[in-house]
Amino acid sequence: MSPVTVLIPTLLRPLVNDRSAVEIPLEAPAPVSALLDTLADGRPVLARRIRDETGALRRYVNIYVDGEDVRRVDGLSTPVAPGSEVMIIQSVAGG
Amino acid sequence: METTLLAIGTKKGLWLATSTDRQNWTLSQPHHLMSEIPSIGIDTREGRTRILVGMMDWHWGPTVVYSDDLGATWSEPEQGAIKFAESDDTALGRIWQLQPDSTDRPGVVWAGCEPISVWKSIDGGQHFELNRGLWDHPHRSEWGAGFGGAAAHTVMPSPVDDTVHVAMSTGGVYRSTDGGQSWEPRNKGISAYFMPDPNPEFGQCVHKIARDSENPQRLYAQNHHGVYRTDDGAETWESIADGLPADFGFVVLSHPRRGGTAWVIPLKADGERIPPDARLAVHRTDDAGATWTRLDNGLPASEYNAVLRDAAGVDTAEPVGVYFGTRGGSVYASADEGETFTEVAAHLPDVLCVRAAVVVGAAAGVGSP
Repeated sequence: MSPVTVLIPTLLRPLVNDRSAVEIPLEAPAPVSALLDTLADGRPVLARRIRDETGALRRYVNIYVDGEDVRRVDGLSTPVAPGSEVMIIQSVAGG
Repeated sequence: METTLLAIGTKKGLWLATSTDRQNWTLSQPHHLMSEIPSIGIDTREGRTRILVGMMDWHWGPTVVYSDDLGATWSEPEQGAIKFAESDDTALGRIWQLQPDSTDRPGVVWAGCEPISVWKSIDGGQHFELNRGLWDHPHRSEWGAGFGGAAAHTVMPSPVDDTVHVAMSTGGVYRSTDGGQSWEPRNKGISAYFMPDPNPEFGQCVHKIARDSENPQRLYAQNHHGVYRTDDGAETWESIADGLPADFGFVVLSHPRRGGTAWVIPLKADGERIPPDARLAVHRTDDAGATWTRLDNGLPASEYNAVLRDAAGVDTAEPVGVYFGTRGGSVYASADEGETFTEVAAHLPDVLCVRAAVVVGAAAGVGSP
């Protein structure tokens, strides 16, 4: 079993005990949404920061799986393989 | 020590100002820096001061936070104080209004949100329930979005009975007489000049409403062009714009104790959203809109910024304090019902919401985000 490494953006690190990355055990490929479910388990505030109550990824939050923007692949259904690196990052927005 | 707390919500954070004489103000460092603060409710019931804040982070979404220690610490309900059910298939966009109910309904706080929705909390704002009566209203699909988004921006429970008035942009004024179970549009007499039928049942772009403190059937409305009053709980509205330099604007405030007194801050027009002649002034009526008095003592000689719908408020002191902020980041306070203003802050981000209250204690310099 090779864990997935989820990189956490600076602004969300207080919600994961100030860690920059969280490792999530994964035995077989799973969609990003399932990975987020695991990440957010017991962290409801973190869950709300990343996805709204319909389950959609917030408009100005981006997720990359091994460098690929999931919005350019299959959204939150994009598969994540064991050992992958998943990056959560806020997009360039605002003024 | 009696202190006046002035909470200033801006496009990039919240500032808390305090004063013991309402002339000299101490301004905090920013709280929640970089989050939009479109709504603030200061709840002084139940022997404590709770500052409720509707925040909007463009990356991480909207949420409600609150402080019971004047900003020293903030709490955020973990599950989110306001959120739609999965079956509603929509997500909260922005919290436009946090309105504590009257003193004999402790714990009750109303919220008005985008998408157009009204919410009610019975636990002091930690958890809100969606008002299904309005959400399921057959008109909902016909309500439109103003430039700022489609929102219920004003929720106004009556202190004397189960009447609740809601104002939405665009949709107009809706009234419930059964505590929010059912709602009817109440816009007769209010023009919607921007629609094919200028006198529709609903669809008006009301910018703000305020309830008269002595006559709960009397309301004042600042519309997207048009200033109105109703004396029958919104059954019919009549213009009270005569005597004002312009009938456009976003703000209307009522006196917390004296009937017939209200304030507006006119802007020139829809197409020219600046103070008339670039001269910023508050206008007060003491006779329910029959006449208006221009008040600009202490305000700048030239001002090109607008004052948004919630960027103004009153306190409950004697005489009443009047407060407002501009999109240019200036905040003004009057300790004498608008006769004279002093500048509380300048060069803040766009001011979105201003609320004031008489509290016990002093505001914290800065709180945790």
